[in-house]
Amino acid sequence: MANCQNILVIGELTEGSLSSTTKELLTVGRNLADSLQEDLNVVLLGENLSQYTSDLLFFGTDTIYLAQHSLLEDYQDDLYVEAITQLAASTNPRSILLGKTLTGKELGPRLAFKLGTSLLQDCIHLAIDTNKNLVGKRPIYGGNALAEITHIGTPQLAIVRPKTIEVSVQEQKGKGNINEYVPELSDSMIQARTIEKVDEPVSGVRLEDARIVVSGGRGLGGPEPFRDLEDLASLLGGATGASRAACDAGWIPSSYQVGLTGKTITPDLYITVGISGASQHMAGCSGAKIIVSINKDSEANIFKDSAFGVVGDWKEVLPGFIDQIKSMTNAS
Amino acid sequence: MPVHIIVAIKQVMDPEIPPSAFTIAENAKEVVSPSNIPPVINGYDEQAIEAALRIKETVEEATITVVSIGSNFSLDVMKKPLSMGADELILVDTGDIGNDPDSNIAAYLLTSAIRKIGSFDLILCGRQASDWDNAQVPVGVASMLKVPIITVGRKVEITAKNVRVERVLPNGYELVESNLPAVVTLSSELGEPRYPTLRGIMAATKKQPILWSLNDLSIDEDLPTSNLTINTITTPEKQNECTIIEGENGQEAGKNLALKLREAKLI
Repeated sequence: MANCQNILVIGELTEGSLSSTTKELLTVGRNLADSLQEDLNVVLLGENLSQYTSDLLFFGTDTIYLAQHSLLEDYQDDLYVEAITQLAASTNPRSILLGKTLTGKELGPRLAFKLGTSLLQDCIHLAIDTNKNLVGKRPIYGGNALAEITHIGTPQLAIVRPKTIEVSVQEQKGKGNINEYVPELSDSMIQARTIEKVDEPVSGVRLEDARIVVSGGRGLGGPEPFRDLEDLASLLGGATGASRAACDAGWIPSSYQVGLTGKTITPDLYITVGISGASQHMAGCSGAKIIVSINKDSEANIFKDSAFGVVGDWKEVLPGFIDQIKSMTNAS
Repeated sequence: MPVHIIVAIKQVMDPEIPPSAFTIAENAKEVVSPSNIPPVINGYDEQAIEAALRIKETVEEATITVVSIGSNFSLDVMKKPLSMGADELILVDTGDIGNDPDSNIAAYLLTSAIRKIGSFDLILCGRQASDWDNAQVPVGVASMLKVPIITVGRKVEITAKNVRVERVLPNGYELVESNLPAVVTLSSELGEPRYPTLRGIMAATKKQPILWSLNDLSIDEDLPTSNLTINTITTPEKQNECTIIEGENGQEAGKNLALKLREAKLI
């Protein structure tokens, strides 16, 4: 295997194609590799992977590693960590990039400790400094602050937050090497074993998947107004959420909670009603593209993050808002 | 055989503080804790305490040791696990070194404290801390102690040799099993941590936290070097200028908001 300095992206597949997060990682990885004048490599793990190579080449990939093994068919922490560790041992990546996804969140910390290095968590921006070290920017304290951190270890691991990088296809092709390898794995490497997976279907649109989310907070004053929010959400084809204060008060189940200790959402449109915008709440919705807020306090923190707002009593504003949306949806 | 559960917790700045109380030091390298707002136990760590108490209720005999590394501990805040029902509390003042941005350091210090505590069957932690959200220290502890780790649990059960955890998944859960001893991290889906009872509070007043310092940890040359350097900590620039939608009355403003969103093709 090639032993030159390189950036290694841990690729992921979702529903039979490259995940959007992987495309984002390849885009930022190509930029980093270009500024270092080094290779951009990617690894996919699983079975029957050769069908994905043509997609990977669009992103200027130099070497594509296909780690194929019957034990890698389903994601498993210990086996995936082992397979990537074996690849890293023979290819010496300068940097390894993962997405902040269900599997990336598990792999990142485990890989860091296994490889004896450290992890730059939750990066929204990556660059290379004059010492060829990886520099990451990341939100901390629920988004109240932004930290810029330099990684001086080897290799330099980073987890990148999804949807923070604009995907771009490279016109210039990479080297396009394809390297299939079979990692040495055995069932006995599994330390924590999945006995079964249980689906618990929820009715309606899942908060995490919703394109539009309508959330209510302490300002609603009770459980009843959430019915209006539910109606509004279904009118817009979205999901309903809530702040921690509303959940703590028992107005709505905690499964609706958006925030640091609740769900993290990334809708295109986030409508908040009676939510002040405490930092722990903002931590769960900072990935929303547009925030629109209705709040009677013009000084409420939520307006600092909102693109549009109405300062007023929701009891008056919300009916007007809902009626107008009803008439528009009926007309169109 | 009595079961020994260690719960690792962290004192953090209250994540509910108003943004106006959030301050960054002049050197732009650290966050300043507000002096007038008390810190809290990290939310997910309270769920780890709750998980330990629930296990204690199901086994014949169990001891719960709560341990925390950090500095400037607020005893009033940190004694809460004792009033919830934990048996002992160890606070390790690690000074500034515990604040290193590299989770390797905190994992090493916590592992050293756990080694000093001695034998254990299960270590429970919150899935991540609300200040830096790194979710790395529990993984580091498991790695350094060479025991399995299961993350993001919502239910934990132990048998003589095994731990079974319901791990939270986006569409449900998976049941994961490993040998004991093991590390398990807990998530909010476990449910609300219990409130201390009056009896618990009374019992806790008789218990004093055990205070250790760095010197008690017998840290040797294998303290890891930090691989991460903070260049700056800044207040993020707000990209949005909020457009306030007006109307003759609230109803009208709501209507205008809907029209504005349609015009912007957002709905």
